[in-house]
Amino acid sequence: MKEIHVDKIVDAVEELCLTAAYDLGKDVEDCIIASKEKEESDFGKYIFDQILENIRYSREERLALCQDTGAAVFFIELGQDVHIVGGSLKDAINEGVRRGYKNGYLRKSMVIDPVFNRKNTGDNTPAIIHIDVVPGDKLKIILMPKGGGSENMGRLAMLKPSDGLAGVKKFIVDTVKIAGGNPCPPVVVGVGIGGTMEMTTLLAKKALGRKLGEPNPNPQYAQLEKELLEEINNTGIGPQGLGGRITALAVHIEYFPAHITGLPVAVNLNCHASRHAEVVL
Amino acid sequence: MSEIKKITTPLTDDVIDSLQTGDRVEITGVIYTARDAAHKRLVENYEATGELPFDLKGQIIYYVGPCPAKPGQAMGPCGPTTSFRMDAYTPAVLGLGLKGMIGKGQRSKDVVDAMIKHKAVYFAAIGGAAAIISKSVKKAEIVAYEDLGPEAIYKIEVENFPCIVVTDAKGNDLYVTGPQKYAR
Repeated sequence: MKEIHVDKIVDAVEELCLTAAYDLGKDVEDCIIASKEKEESDFGKYIFDQILENIRYSREERLALCQDTGAAVFFIELGQDVHIVGGSLKDAINEGVRRGYKNGYLRKSMVIDPVFNRKNTGDNTPAIIHIDVVPGDKLKIILMPKGGGSENMGRLAMLKPSDGLAGVKKFIVDTVKIAGGNPCPPVVVGVGIGGTMEMTTLLAKKALGRKLGEPNPNPQYAQLEKELLEEINNTGIGPQGLGGRITALAVHIEYFPAHITGLPVAVNLNCHASRHAEVVL
Repeated sequence: MSEIKKITTPLTDDVIDSLQTGDRVEITGVIYTARDAAHKRLVENYEATGELPFDLKGQIIYYVGPCPAKPGQAMGPCGPTTSFRMDAYTPAVLGLGLKGMIGKGQRSKDVVDAMIKHKAVYFAAIGGAAAIISKSVKKAEIVAYEDLGPEAIYKIEVENFPCIVVTDAKGNDLYVTGPQKYAR
């Protein structure tokens, strides 16, 4: 049994908060650079230039790329041969968030209660934590800070099996059209298909964490991702919704077997600042 | 793209008349920040007391909740937030003299109608370009609702803050006409 002390987790999470907020992944930056070449509108090109300048400036000056430094969403892969000592895993993650958001000059965006007390918690906790137990003796911590503007434009549909592929595609493309300029296009489109209601939304979120532009290993889903990206980029919404060729940088689909009665589909949109950072302890 | 128009605040009707959908502008002068919670309180307080935390006449409100400033910065990263969440309050605020708004995303028909009626303009700043936008902010002070944290109302001085006129005072809307040009 490998022991990991919670202090190590707190330090690692604090560092992840800063890395994710300041330093956009190379995969995302490369995809933005490649997409810019395909942009046809003058405004679109101008917006791409501003986005790229912002990425470089944030990295150099260690400033948040976007003022919405997000809800702190974690995917934890906990090896079943790991023993966490010195306290609780969730407390350690929340302490790391508390320190990271304070010491890193990041915005605190969580309110105490969604309906009855919308007062800011003041330290961006609680984090949103998804834990999966996996074989091995490693602890993998993935942070995907999620901004509200794009999160608000996500949708879930409990489609009928008879809606089929056409129904799935229409729902995904319609979601991007309804969102328009709100989620800060060019967006990343995370899609979950199958499972149950909660599972399909979780798949959509997980899909956003995949290395940008990497296709689904299943060729049928890889083809669907390609077709959807083309259809979405034919909407004309364009960068920031002002018209142009590039509305999405990528479409990522994750799927799971479904019940005989159902065809659930969830779309979770992310802005161009598609932030993720991870560490393995 | 058009040449950049330099404008200063407060906005006059002449300046508003000269601005058209698709114009790039650089804004210099005092503007105010406010977003969801501040709008709710501002409108509710006004209805209850008839008082405003600052004089809205001719002013621009920027929909933003900034990051905390690092030492040496006037304001932390401060890109626009999505504007439609303010739509419920905007016609009332325009009725009180507001002349400009900076945000991102399309507005409701009620807002556009109120903009035409009160002669106001809606600018987009680039969402997600928060760090470079913060370079335009030279001074910032809280003028109301400090307890709201990042949602407090700040009076800020900006220099050459780059924006795009998306909805002009005639109601022309780049969020409608822009995508039409590129739809296949």
